[in-house]
Amino acid sequence: MTARDDVVPKIMKQGKVAPWLYLAPALIVMTVFIVYPGLDTLRLSFMNKDSTQWATAACVTGQPCWGIFENYRYALTSEIMRTAFLNNLKWIVLMVSGTVAFGLLIAVLADRVRYEPIAKAVIFMPMAISFVGAGIIWTFVYNYGTGSVQIGLLNAIVVALGGQPVSWLSEPQINMVALIVVGVWMWTGFCMTMLSASLKGVPVEMLEAARVDGANEWRVFWGIIVPTIMPTIAVVITTMVINVLKIFDIVYVMTGGNYGTEVIANRMYSEMYKSQQAGRATAIAVILIAVIIPAMFYNIRRFREQEAIR
Amino acid sequence: MSADRIKKILGGLPTHVVIIGLCLVWFIPTLGLLVTSLRPFQDVNSTGWWMILAPPKGAAEYSQSCAACHGADGKKLPNANLADPALIQKYPRSIQLLAMLRDNINGQPHMKDTPIPKDQQAADIATYLRQLSGVEARPRVTLDNYVDALVGYRGTTSYRADCAAGKQSLDLTCTIADLSNPRGMGRAFLNSLGVAIPSTILPIFFAAFAAYAFSWLDFRGRTVMFAALVGMQVVPLQMTLVPISRLYAQVGLNGTFLGVWLFHTGFGLPYAIYLMRNFIGSLPRDLFESAYLDGASHWTAFYQLALPLSVPAIASLGIFQFLWIWNDLLVALVFLGGQNPVMTYQISNMVTSHGAGWHLLTAAAFISMALPMIVFFALQRYFVRGLLAGSVKG
Repeated sequence: MTARDDVVPKIMKQGKVAPWLYLAPALIVMTVFIVYPGLDTLRLSFMNKDSTQWATAACVTGQPCWGIFENYRYALTSEIMRTAFLNNLKWIVLMVSGTVAFGLLIAVLADRVRYEPIAKAVIFMPMAISFVGAGIIWTFVYNYGTGSVQIGLLNAIVVALGGQPVSWLSEPQINMVALIVVGVWMWTGFCMTMLSASLKGVPVEMLEAARVDGANEWRVFWGIIVPTIMPTIAVVITTMVINVLKIFDIVYVMTGGNYGTEVIANRMYSEMYKSQQAGRATAIAVILIAVIIPAMFYNIRRFREQEAIR
Repeated sequence: MSADRIKKILGGLPTHVVIIGLCLVWFIPTLGLLVTSLRPFQDVNSTGWWMILAPPKGAAEYSQSCAACHGADGKKLPNANLADPALIQKYPRSIQLLAMLRDNINGQPHMKDTPIPKDQQAADIATYLRQLSGVEARPRVTLDNYVDALVGYRGTTSYRADCAAGKQSLDLTCTIADLSNPRGMGRAFLNSLGVAIPSTILPIFFAAFAAYAFSWLDFRGRTVMFAALVGMQVVPLQMTLVPISRLYAQVGLNGTFLGVWLFHTGFGLPYAIYLMRNFIGSLPRDLFESAYLDGASHWTAFYQLALPLSVPAIASLGIFQFLWIWNDLLVALVFLGGQNPVMTYQISNMVTSHGAGWHLLTAAAFISMALPMIVFFALQRYFVRGLLAGSVKG
C-alpha cells in the first residue's frame, strides 16, 4: 500500500478539509458500530449479568471463583460451554475436511467435462440461499415419522433398505453429523469455486510433462496439483474455520442447541437473550474473537499475497 | 468408432458418474422442498414427495376389480356411472361398498367371477372413487400453500376454502389487505426488501466516498487509516450485538428499520471500502489528471468519473451485500424481532413454535429462496466474484 502513495496526481490540489468530508460518513458509522461496541463488549465481559457491578459480585462463597474473570470461568469451564467447545471442534474437523475434500473433488473432476458450468452452478446454488432455508430443506430430509409412512427422504431410503427409521435430529452424536452435513452442503460450492480458480492456474506444461514421464493421474494430483494450489487450500481452510467458529443459524433453526448440539455462537445468543446474562454472553464473544482474530490476520495476509501474485 | 475412442469414453465414465451423482445429491433436497410446497397438504403428510407422479391411492385395486365392467373412467355403464358424485356419496365407507359388491345385481352376483376385494382393498377403492367422482377431488399440484403462507393462514384447511365458506379467522378479511397480515410471508417479504435495499445502498455509497478519498486525495495518515478501516473486517458481528442493542434501547432504535440499516452499514463498510478502493484506485490516473486540468472539481471527478466507472465493482459488492442481508437471521432476530418480522425470522418462528405444517413451511421457505436463486442464476458471475473477494469478511 505504501508503494501507491505517489499515485495521487500532484496537480490535483485540494483543501485540508475535503478528504475528511469524503471519509466522514464511513468513519462515523464504523466508530459507532464497530469500534465502540467492540471495546464495550470487552468492558461488559468483566461485569455482572446486568452490568451494574464487577463480575466478582456473582461469586458464591465456597465455590470456585475467578474474581473479575468470573464470566470467563463460566465461559471456559461450565458443562454446557465445554459441550459447545467440543461441538465446535467436531464442526471444524468434519465440516472443514468435508467441504475441502468435496470442493477439491468436484473442482478437479468438473474441469474435465463439458457441462462444467452447470455442475458448478448446482453445487454453488446453496450459497445463495439462507441458512434458515437450508435448515428447512434438510429438516424435511431428516423428517422422522412415528407411523408407518416416512415422508422424510432419508428415512424412506432407510426403510426401503430394510432398516429402522432414525430420529436424525434428536439422536445424540448422529444429530451432530446431520447438522454438519447441512453445513457441508452449503459451503462446498464456495470451496469448489476458490479451488477451481486456483486449479486453472496450474501450468498445463507441468501436467503434460509429468504425464509424458509416465505418472498416472493419481500421482499427478498428489505430486503436482496439490502442492501447486496449497496456498489456496490454506486460505480456504482458514476461511472455513472462521465460518465454522461462528456457526449459528443452522443449529438455531434445526435443533435450537438441544439434544447435545450446542455451539458457541448459539450459546452466546441464549445467554444474552434467554438467560439475560450480559456478562457471560460478552465473555463468550470475547473468547470467540480471541480465537478468530489470529486466523483472520493469517487469512488476510495470505489473501493479499495471492492477489499480489495474480 | 475406433478402439481408442471407446477406451477414452469408458475411461471418462467414472468421472461423469461421480459428478452427476454429486450434483443429484446436491439438488434433490431442494427439489423435495419445491415439490412439497406444491402438493395439497393431505398428500404432503400421507406420502413422500417423490410419490407425486405415482397413481392415486386405490387406482391399482380399481383397475383390477372394477375397470373391466365400469371402464377406466367409471362411465362405461350408464345406469351405474361411477363418475357421478350423487351415486358415490351413497357409499362413503368400505363397509357399504363391500355390502353392495356382495349383493346381487339383476339376479346375478355383482362381481361375477372376479374375487370380492379384501377390506383394505375396498377402502382404497372407495378412496379412489371419491377422487374419480369429484366428491373429494383434489389436484396433484396446487398453489394454495403459497397463498396460505403469504397471508399467514394457520387453520386446518386452506385460506381459499375458509374464505369461500366465510369461516376465516378474525385476523383475516379475505381481501387483498390480508397480504399485510403480520403473520404472513407477504408482509415479511416487503420487510426483507425494506431492510435489504437501504442496507445495500448506504454502505456502497459511503464506501465509494471513502475509497475516492483513499485513492485520489492526499492527506496525512492515509495509509494507516486505510489499513485500520479494512482491518476492522476481523471483528465478528457477534462481538457487537450486546452493546448496540443496549444503545438502541436508550435511543429507541430497537425494532426499527433505521437501526438495522445502520448496523448493516457499519458491518458492510470494511469490506466495501477495501473492494471499492482497490477498484477506484486502479482506474487510469491520466483520466483524473485530464479531468482536473479541464477544471473539474473533486466532486465532479467522483460523481461523473469514478462512480460510473466502478459499476462492475458496485454490482459485485451490491449483490454480495444484498444476499448477505436477505439471508441474515441473527441481526434481524436481535434488532427487529417480531415487530417488523423479516422472512428468515418468520420462518424460524414457524419452526420453533411448531405452528405450521410442512406444506406451509416449504412454501414459506421457497418464497424466501426465490429471489436469491433468481439473482444467483441471472448474475452468477458477479455473485461469485463478490463472494470470493468477500471471503475474508468477519
